Amino acid sequence: MDIVVQNITKKFGVQKAVDNVSFTVKTGEIVGFLGPNGAGKTTTMKAITCFFMPNEGDITVGGYSIRDNPEEIKKNIGYLPENNPLYKEMPVIDYLRFVAEIQGIPDSKIRDRILEMVNTCGLEGEKHKKISELSKGYQQRVGLAQALIHNPRVLVLDEPTSGLDPNQIIEIRDLIRKIGQEKTVILSSHILAEVEATCDRIVIINKGRIVADGTSADLRKQSQGREILKVTIEGGNKNEVFKALQGLSNVQIVDFISKGDSSFEVQSKPDTSSRRDVFQLCVKKGWDLTELTPTETKLEDVFRELTLK
Amino acid sequence: MKYSWIITKRELASFFDSLLAYILLLAFLGFSGLFTWLFGSDVFLVKQASLQSFFGVAYWTLFFFIPALTMRMIAEEKSSGTLELMLTKPLTDWQFVLGKFLAALLLIGISLALTLPYYITVASIGPIDHGAVWTGYLGLLLMSAAYISIGLFASSITSNQIVAFLLALLIGIFFHLLFSILAGSFPGFIGRWMNYLSLNTHYESITRGVVDSKDLIYFFSIIFLGLFAAETAIAKRNINDN
Repeated sequence: MDIVVQNITKKFGVQKAVDNVSFTVKTGEIVGFLGPNGAGKTTTMKAITCFFMPNEGDITVGGYSIRDNPEEIKKNIGYLPENNPLYKEMPVIDYLRFVAEIQGIPDSKIRDRILEMVNTCGLEGEKHKKISELSKGYQQRVGLAQALIHNPRVLVLDEPTSGLDPNQIIEIRDLIRKIGQEKTVILSSHILAEVEATCDRIVIINKGRIVADGTSADLRKQSQGREILKVTIEGGNKNEVFKALQGLSNVQIVDFISKGDSSFEVQSKPDTSSRRDVFQLCVKKGWDLTELTPTETKLEDVFRELTLK
Repeated sequence: MKYSWIITKRELASFFDSLLAYILLLAFLGFSGLFTWLFGSDVFLVKQASLQSFFGVAYWTLFFFIPALTMRMIAEEKSSGTLELMLTKPLTDWQFVLGKFLAALLLIGISLALTLPYYITVASIGPIDHGAVWTGYLGLLLMSAAYISIGLFASSITSNQIVAFLLALLIGIFFHLLFSILAGSFPGFIGRWMNYLSLNTHYESITRGVVDSKDLIYFFSIIFLGLFAAETAIAKRNINDN
């Protein structure tokens, strides 16, 4: 089941929380939804899960429209809302049974599904405890278990790893990746590394508008545009090396990184690479090339550049 | 209906888990028992096998208990965020509200059923008008259903339980008392209208042993309007002003 978001706008009063947003998530794809606080991530997710209607535009999930067939969509979506709301006075197992019933799982299968969820989400030791007695990490697992219990074909997770410790984050990430192989998943997060590690594609939203959409490699390339190399060359006069580097055909700018050693930052002209030229130059002149590292634009930089505009 | 029943089961379980149900049952049975047997115009004082004093007490105790029961039912879900979770499950807003309504009504039904021993013992000490007792119970049940739907409406428009409680009492007191008082001070058409709006009028006519369709229509209208308003308050999130 794919998610197609078409030009949705949602206003709260006069403020547009989401402004003409469109994107698609294909079946079997894991899409990360990134953006600063208040960018419209949660609003978009609430519209996808049929919690409220957008003012304009339409969303279809597996061909069903949120305007015409919300009940059909709700059956096929597993949703973990922001802040993970739960009936805290209920024991874990009773809560999962309640959710299983309301998701319309046949009585004969409920027991098996609950057991499977308890195993998948690592709740074996806690299943008889009241939810309020569990730590935040375990509560998060209960939230994930209730979203997965009816084996939905679409998963919408609003900050699934918030409040977890690093080990739990990795576990949940692996879990999402495992389940995500046959499901359509959209998850939101502030943590860039997480989105990069888990998701096939990233959609960045800022002030209600989509500012970037693509794989993490795409986004980097889009932001960086040109190659930047860190080069250290020994065995030659610093200034001579500097001049030689500047003389290369593909090189646009050369800069000293620090005064002390002979390290340079070499920026190439757009859409060209000067790695080979630098190497050939060193061979020709008999210099020692001790470092040649392409500088990666960090996703953080991409994010900052796109969302601070 | 299946979805509503799932909600009802969970609500009932949470009543009994949170002690609320036990406190309500204990206080209700205590109050009504006290005034039926020992205090005020009890059966021994009036020397008549009648449950009139019981119905009089229950009329007021339920008036206060029901808002206490319904105040958290939707307001709490709003403040904790579970409302969002429920409404993104495959059930409609109506089924959700109806499930809540049934749960509260069932709990009141249980507490009324537990007063049946009063009826049996009073009936055994003298001749009793059986018809009046059954219509009395029917009257209490209809009145409770009306106040539950008003309470659910109050709970649906705020996420603060105290506000929901006071609002339910405020709306309730008009039907319970004020309309009948006002009816006396307005002559003619307005007076008759106020009298018709007063829940007391219809409750008394039913407890007197006359089940008139006019009274039934009155109660069912309040129940429907209350639930409809609650559903509207929940569904309001979908309304966009362009």
